[in-house]
Amino acid sequence: MLITTVLNGKSLRQEVPADKTLLDFLRENGCLSVKRGCGTENCGLCTVWVDGTPVLSCSYPLPRIDGHEVTTLEGVREEAAAFGAYMANEGAEQCGYCSPGFIMAVLAMERELPNPAEEEINAYLAGCLCRCTGYSSQMRAIRKYLEKRHETD
Amino acid sequence: MRQISQKVRKLDAQALVTGMPVYTQDIVQGPYLTVKIVRSPHAHAKILSVDTSKAMKVPGAACVLTHRDVPHVRHTLGGYAYAGSNPYDRLVLEDRVRFVGDAAAIVAAETAEAAERMARLVKVEYEVLPAVLDMDTAEEAPAVVHPEEDYVCKPSIRNDNARNVLACGESGNGDVEKVFSQCDVVLEDEYHTLGNSQCMMETFRSYSFYDKNRKLTVISSTQIPFLVRRTIAYVFGLPISTVRVIKPKVGGGFGAKQSLVTELFGAAVTIKTGLPTMVLFDRRESFTATTTRHEMKLRVKMGAMRDGTVRAVSLYVRENAGAYGDHAMGCVGLSGHKSLPMLGKAEAYSFRYDVLYTNLIPGGAFRGYGATQGCFAVESMVNKMAHALGMDPIEMRLKNIPMEGEVMPAYYGETLTSSHLDRCIRRGKEMIGWDEKYPRRQTGSHTIRAVGMAASMQGSGIGGVDKCFATVRLDEDGCYTVLNGAGDMGTGCDTILAQIAAEVLETDISNVHAAAVDTDYSPYDKGSFASATTYVTGMAVVKACERLIGQMMAEAAAALETPEERLVFQGDCISEKDAPENRISVSDLARRQVTSGNCHAFTATCGHMSQTSPPPLMAGFVEIELDTQTGQVKVLDYAACIDCGTVINANLARVQAEGGIVQGIGMALYENMQFSSQGKMRNNSFLQYKIPSRLDVPPIRVAFDSSYEPTGPFGAKSIGEIVINTPAPAIADAIYNACGVYMTELPFLPERVLNAINNKAE
Amino acid sequence: MASFQNYIFPESLEDAYKLLQANRRNAVIGGNGWLALGRQKLHTAIDLSRLGLDQIRVGPAYVEIGAMATLRQLERELPGSLLACCVKPIAGVQFRNLATVGGSLYSRFGFSDPITALMAMDTTVILHRQGDVPIADFVWQKPSRDIVLGCRIENNGRRAAYQSLRLSATDLPALTVAVSRLGSDWRVVVGARPGKATLAGEASRLLSEGKADAATAASTAAEELSFGSNMRGSGGYRRQIAQVLIARAIEQLHGEGGLAIC
Repeated sequence: MLITTVLNGKSLRQEVPADKTLLDFLRENGCLSVKRGCGTENCGLCTVWVDGTPVLSCSYPLPRIDGHEVTTLEGVREEAAAFGAYMANEGAEQCGYCSPGFIMAVLAMERELPNPAEEEINAYLAGCLCRCTGYSSQMRAIRKYLEKRHETD
Repeated sequence: MRQISQKVRKLDAQALVTGMPVYTQDIVQGPYLTVKIVRSPHAHAKILSVDTSKAMKVPGAACVLTHRDVPHVRHTLGGYAYAGSNPYDRLVLEDRVRFVGDAAAIVAAETAEAAERMARLVKVEYEVLPAVLDMDTAEEAPAVVHPEEDYVCKPSIRNDNARNVLACGESGNGDVEKVFSQCDVVLEDEYHTLGNSQCMMETFRSYSFYDKNRKLTVISSTQIPFLVRRTIAYVFGLPISTVRVIKPKVGGGFGAKQSLVTELFGAAVTIKTGLPTMVLFDRRESFTATTTRHEMKLRVKMGAMRDGTVRAVSLYVRENAGAYGDHAMGCVGLSGHKSLPMLGKAEAYSFRYDVLYTNLIPGGAFRGYGATQGCFAVESMVNKMAHALGMDPIEMRLKNIPMEGEVMPAYYGETLTSSHLDRCIRRGKEMIGWDEKYPRRQTGSHTIRAVGMAASMQGSGIGGVDKCFATVRLDEDGCYTVLNGAGDMGTGCDTILAQIAAEVLETDISNVHAAAVDTDYSPYDKGSFASATTYVTGMAVVKACERLIGQMMAEAAAALETPEERLVFQGDCISEKDAPENRISVSDLARRQVTSGNCHAFTATCGHMSQTSPPPLMAGFVEIELDTQTGQVKVLDYAACIDCGTVINANLARVQAEGGIVQGIGMALYENMQFSSQGKMRNNSFLQYKIPSRLDVPPIRVAFDSSYEPTGPFGAKSIGEIVINTPAPAIADAIYNACGVYMTELPFLPERVLNAINNKAE
Repeated sequence: MASFQNYIFPESLEDAYKLLQANRRNAVIGGNGWLALGRQKLHTAIDLSRLGLDQIRVGPAYVEIGAMATLRQLERELPGSLLACCVKPIAGVQFRNLATVGGSLYSRFGFSDPITALMAMDTTVILHRQGDVPIADFVWQKPSRDIVLGCRIENNGRRAAYQSLRLSATDLPALTVAVSRLGSDWRVVVGARPGKATLAGEASRLLSEGKADAATAASTAAEELSFGSNMRGSGGYRRQIAQVLIARAIEQLHGEGGLAIC
């Protein structure tokens, strides 16, 4: 079927199989940051935004992006680098494989929750698994990043 | 020191956080064949025939390979240096399948969809055989997992395949039974640990093709590039030099990628067709068709005096190897040799083991590598002994741990050359607030908070076995490149090695670059496992840097027309000691490589092998809240103090510790690998096999109290594995302190805890 | 991932219904959460997302929730409510942004948190053809070739308490409990037994008649319901913790405690 979408700010019209996953579609369109970690909707590695809302691209129906905007890490690289610097300062990226999905979730959280407490941060990001870090360094990075953002606001 | 112990960013951090295409699947280019594996639905069966005709009619089909199409060369997939004693009990494909998920055939097609269809259409006729699904009955079972006559193993492992005994053995010191008879208290118990899945986020994958020089080239997500090369060459009968392995960024390994997993399948198809191939295991295959931590049953007997001195300890381990023995020997050995030495005052110890084959998924390497299981059993028994003696478990540790300078008979007779474990225990005790919290506080009508602790050791590389090289090169712009073959799997060893080089070369880390691992260019390294890279490869870097400085000094002497002994290396330049204005900068020297007729290239390769494996040590402390009505255990706090020798990178060491502890908490509380009565793994997805989420664990608190290890680079030992060991015994002890029940079987599911509480009440 | 050849956004419910009847292998797609896990071979996927079914309306008499409203919408639009509370532990935000109320209802899974909660309220499931069906009847109906349009909950001031036991925070529940109270009328519902959520009739009656305290009601409920075993626990364990969680939920409802519908 023919879909029209805006991918990372660029209009795209493409003929796609109806049952392709959004994840595969995105990788085929050059968004190689998008990773598959589980295939059962539990790991959060494939997180992208549809109209700014974080969703799992492994299961989001591809035809449903027709007429909507899709954003991957490639579309928010500057912001990702800004937050990513805080991760790097903590060593929190480790193997890095979960970083793109995690960062997409963090940036969505930043837009959605004003001034979240640690509990709210953990609840919001609970769907982002990481096997390397044990999460503590990620929390340190988030705290410092959000504090800095508040200072500059 | 300028670079050591700093919070240096990982060299690849920027690429990773901006999602650059740096992993195997990101860098390969089509068109290529997709390879899929036809997997056995049976735990044990003979393959009578394979009908490939329907599969080959699928549009885009390239080939189907059966056991007749691959070399008949017995091998092991476990990555280990040459001296390993793992049996050669595998074929790429065989006319026998030994566990649910074992490979029965390989298919390849132009698209993934076509390959999947082919895999469904290959008709395998099985003769289903009786299966061994329980290691306790393996010796008497009617089925033999490995009846083949061409089975290869060293006689020293005392293999008896007719009884499904992969190996047995014993070691010891002194007469334990005699010492037990002299002890005031002797306790005995059995502990049971399950298989765990490593669950790195990037599942297994590799891409193979012939490069322009007709080398069979494999890009693989692996921890062991050189061992992958060696094994491919061995199995397919190729000269090692005609095989090339490239390791891009790897999305975690934790030991899972210390075995070959996908590489031989892809290579077989590339050899057959001449075409590029991609093998990618999904999460379910990663769970069911690779390797797990070994299930073990560990019987501990311990004898102590009233004053708390443990005088004798014995350990009998039964290890479930699963269907193949990839890492069985190493893991069972560590279960004893890295747990028993913690009883440093024992006059006698005995360690016996049986390793059994079963028709279940093979055991393999997973962080801790057997030491984790041993630690759970032995440390749990130390806690139990402390309670039996009415002693604080901390006092018990301080009385019994080995001290710096002491010989450890159970640790291959090595001397403990560096240890701050006593200080770590005292520090951890303060961090958790032990004196205020031990043993328990009732916090509600049905909630109790309690603390528990455990201590542990691991090793740093494999003494006398692990051989690692490093190359350090001065490039023409005056920057350095460090080449290693270790295989950074995300832990940051490329950065650690660059820091070590920068320290020796007295330069800033920004002047040191890392190179990707490619067996065509990188120096040999046995791979990134056994907590070896910082300690062993790190020393190779130190040596290579020193040799490189020597080369630069010689060239400077010629350039400055000054005898070398009057010169001094100062990082950015080499100058005359007594006449500093007589100098040449490193960047000038670097340029001379490409401008001067006489100047040689400044590049040095050095290898290192340590004859010892100095143990890092740590103490872990946990506070839990137990719900006495549901049996649920929540971890409220975890404090750890670690002696890994000198910390090379303060961030990376800390994150290793935090991550390892959380994996240990997962093992203790959540990760419950289960099999059906037919041997099929029941929880083969993240939906069913729950690794900890961020809601399941508290912030982990880590401190370091570093001793100085004289044989390590700048005093460093290792950090990678030890960190997973303490949570299971510490949490078990906290549960005891909360409600008086001893948990001896992992994981501590609410139902098990509640049953134990109810049984005690009766 | 389920496979299908066509994907259609019908322009009306009647079109959607006709399409669903046209081929046995046509199916309505909700959040795609469960379809993506399966290997079903479908002909046409019917997407209701352009029919305005994603609304949550809070009125004086009813709270109406459209089938395409996501679980995350329950959290955001009904903050602090029973439904917001019961969906919080489900997988993660990215999943709850996909998963729909209609999908949860239609699937009728035993482990469903929303079904357990909705059963404790005065909930009617609205189907396109069949019309209104009380949720207690709906969950036992065989999935039919009808379309779930959403549900309607009486906005009558009923308050509820929700408890679940999960082996880890984001796991499927090993047991779910919802207890509600409207005046003297009590309702005790237990799900993930692991069978479907069920009303504990006797325990509800005793509570409503003022004949049982929390402990008695909880043990009555644990006795009258059946429990089974799966990977997350044995039937025996479920029976024990059902009693514990029901008692806790009842305690939460004494006085003015508990969660509101909206």
